Amino acid sequence: MASSFSRILSSKRHIGILTLVGGSVTAGFLLHREHVSAGVPVRRRYPASAEFPDLRKHNNCMASNLTPAIYAKLCDRATPNGFTLDEAIQTGVDNPGHPFIKTVGMVAGDEESYEVFADLLDPVIKERHNGYDPRAMRHPTDLESSKIQSGHFDERYVLSSRVRTGRSIRGLSLPPACTRAERREVERVVVDALSGLKGDLTGKYYSLTQMTEKEQQQLIDDHFLFDKPVSPLLTCAGMARDWPDARGIWHNNEKTFLIWVNEEDHTRVISMEKGGNMKRVFERFCRGLKEVERLIQERGWEFMWNERLGYILTCPSNLGTGLRAGVHVKLPLLGKDPRFSKILDNLRLQKRGTGGVDTAAVGGVFDISNLDRLGQSEVQLVQTVIDGVNYLIECEKRLEKGQDIKVPAPIKLFK
Amino acid sequence: HSNHIQKSSRSYQMHLKLKYTAEQEYPDLSQHNNHMAKVLTSEMYANLRDKETSSGFTLDDVIQTGVDNPGHPFIMTVGCVAGDEETYEVFKDLMDPVIEDRHGGYKPTDKHKTDLNPDNLQGGDDLDPNYVLSSRVRTGRSIRGFCLPPHCSRGERRTIENLSIETLASLEGDLKGKYYALKNMTEEEQQQLIDDHFLFDKPVSPLLLASGMARDWPDGRGIWHNDSKTFLVWVNEEDHLRVISMQKGGNMREVFTRFCTGLTKIEELFKERGHEFMWNEHLGYILTCPSNLGTGLRAGVHVKLPNVSKHEKFSEILKRLRLQKRGTGGVDTAAVGGVFDISNADRLGFSEVELVQMVVDGVNLLVEMEKRLEAGESIDDMMPEQK
Repeated sequence: MASSFSRILSSKRHIGILTLVGGSVTAGFLLHREHVSAGVPVRRRYPASAEFPDLRKHNNCMASNLTPAIYAKLCDRATPNGFTLDEAIQTGVDNPGHPFIKTVGMVAGDEESYEVFADLLDPVIKERHNGYDPRAMRHPTDLESSKIQSGHFDERYVLSSRVRTGRSIRGLSLPPACTRAERREVERVVVDALSGLKGDLTGKYYSLTQMTEKEQQQLIDDHFLFDKPVSPLLTCAGMARDWPDARGIWHNNEKTFLIWVNEEDHTRVISMEKGGNMKRVFERFCRGLKEVERLIQERGWEFMWNERLGYILTCPSNLGTGLRAGVHVKLPLLGKDPRFSKILDNLRLQKRGTGGVDTAAVGGVFDISNLDRLGQSEVQLVQTVIDGVNYLIECEKRLEKGQDIKVPAPIKLFK
Repeated sequence: HSNHIQKSSRSYQMHLKLKYTAEQEYPDLSQHNNHMAKVLTSEMYANLRDKETSSGFTLDDVIQTGVDNPGHPFIMTVGCVAGDEETYEVFKDLMDPVIEDRHGGYKPTDKHKTDLNPDNLQGGDDLDPNYVLSSRVRTGRSIRGFCLPPHCSRGERRTIENLSIETLASLEGDLKGKYYALKNMTEEEQQQLIDDHFLFDKPVSPLLLASGMARDWPDGRGIWHNDSKTFLVWVNEEDHLRVISMQKGGNMREVFTRFCTGLTKIEELFKERGHEFMWNEHLGYILTCPSNLGTGLRAGVHVKLPNVSKHEKFSEILKRLRLQKRGTGGVDTAAVGGVFDISNADRLGFSEVELVQMVVDGVNLLVEMEKRLEAGESIDDMMPEQK
């Protein structure tokens, strides 16, 4: 994962020597890592007790874990880029709770946030990721898609298959904190790399500020276009600033590999197709990701990653793999069975409506995907989805025939 | 460790920005139509971008709302805010032309007159109640030494709230009242405040949200009003304080008198506690939005003008009277049943008395015109001169 110091020095990036010493690009990052967790001082006018947020009506992971003592310890520090605790938790203070989901309630402004604010982020991560302890455990990364078994679903049931993740460019601040220039730099680096993709991955970038009416309509019809975030969970974290500057969508000509630039993360990477060939979707996903990584490394950049937390993304809920592998699957009978939720739980799956998070299922068609993100590899999670969805289809078939179904034993976490 | 220069987090943020050139950071304002976008050239951006106020408010903080909100369909928005009193000094090069554009040519060398003596108002106690349904005067006040809503910390906001509660608790006579903190109010209190049309909500306008003034809602926010429900103070909404005097009917004089008395008394009480309002002789009262500088005053009536409002010269008449119309829901709403909210268009460069006088005289004229048109007569001979 780590590039050599000499390669960084010879890169063609136009960032001064100052950043190599004081900033957070790889070599500099490794050199001053031991200083990072201390952070930089924050000028304060009032004591911590006067500033501590009122979280009595709150129900999110940040509110559950932020004690006055932790706040007092961390409110005096900021990351080397100047990102503060108050900025990290603002979204959780402003949004007391979601009716159905316990939200995370905080974000990272840069890679260093996960170090400087570890006293709060580690317990939040542990709670959100079912006991994963960043201090004691290692996250496995595995993008060898050849390891996947029986990844082709019964297409009488599975309508479409999709795998998504995110990637952040090391050395540049994340969406809640980035300046306009940094955001534009992310766009430049990513678009430049994507122009090097070939074969079935050859594609084109559509900048949100420059797309034509026709291009916009086509992207809407393809269900590719993303809008300015409206969810207060996102807007309160500052990630919609300067919209639509430096935002855009890249996709391959075949419309099976898609990248969002500067939405909630530096990049969101999506592989998808109609039908049930999850194995092929995942194969393209891995190949595309590896190729993009190679292309940015050629230019002296790399993804944010470490062995504690895997891939570093804006929201702690997306750490590790950042991976959501899912299908749209017809389960009209199982969907009405009272055991459905328990079956999903035990299979480590979650259901959503076909509009994505916070939508309802229409016509018995469910979006079924993995629950977990951190502590298991990409291959493991996709296999979990494949095995689980196959099981759900079996249940549906049995119910069609009037046969009974069984709730499977719960899968063990952290294999 | 002892040699290490202790920079604060704000300087590190500035340092991060300065790694890039001004061009790289300059916002794309090509689709924009607001006062800030008209004025902020890339040269000006380059000159101002490394400055910050002593509380750490930067140029990007000032303009964020204008970058995020390219334009309002009907109104030319301001597109920038102040984070503290110093903003208007440190970012003078941007603020002065914005102020000049917004406030009818007000120059950086002009002086603003403050006049809160209601005796200087002529008439105003007898706007025809058959037409004028209600009368209202509002303004804002900021407490010197604290950051403004876009920038204040929770600790500052709470201190402002506590100071306000303490101060307002000392009001007596017909100004005696009670404070309702947004986060503590009972269901019953909330319903009553809604029924009285007093309760303010968390801002939803992206113009306000993008500037950061809704952070930590509803912490530190509340409403105070007197027992007779004619004098109302909002704490920590878009400004530190919004002060409102209102009542049914057309006695604007009484509304304005209570307004002046109340404000003067509140100011006295703050001074007793060692605090004063942000004010200077160039910009008058300092508020978050440059559009509210000077008096911060909007004096208005809800008035029935179904005929006049349909006259082809209605807009021209209002313009000459230096008045503006809104729907009865306030800014950005439509008039319902021919009832309009008519108020002064100006804020800066005229005193409080002068502005209320314009409203009183203007509304009297409009009501006379309405009566003429009702009687089927022409109003051509009543056209006012440009004030």
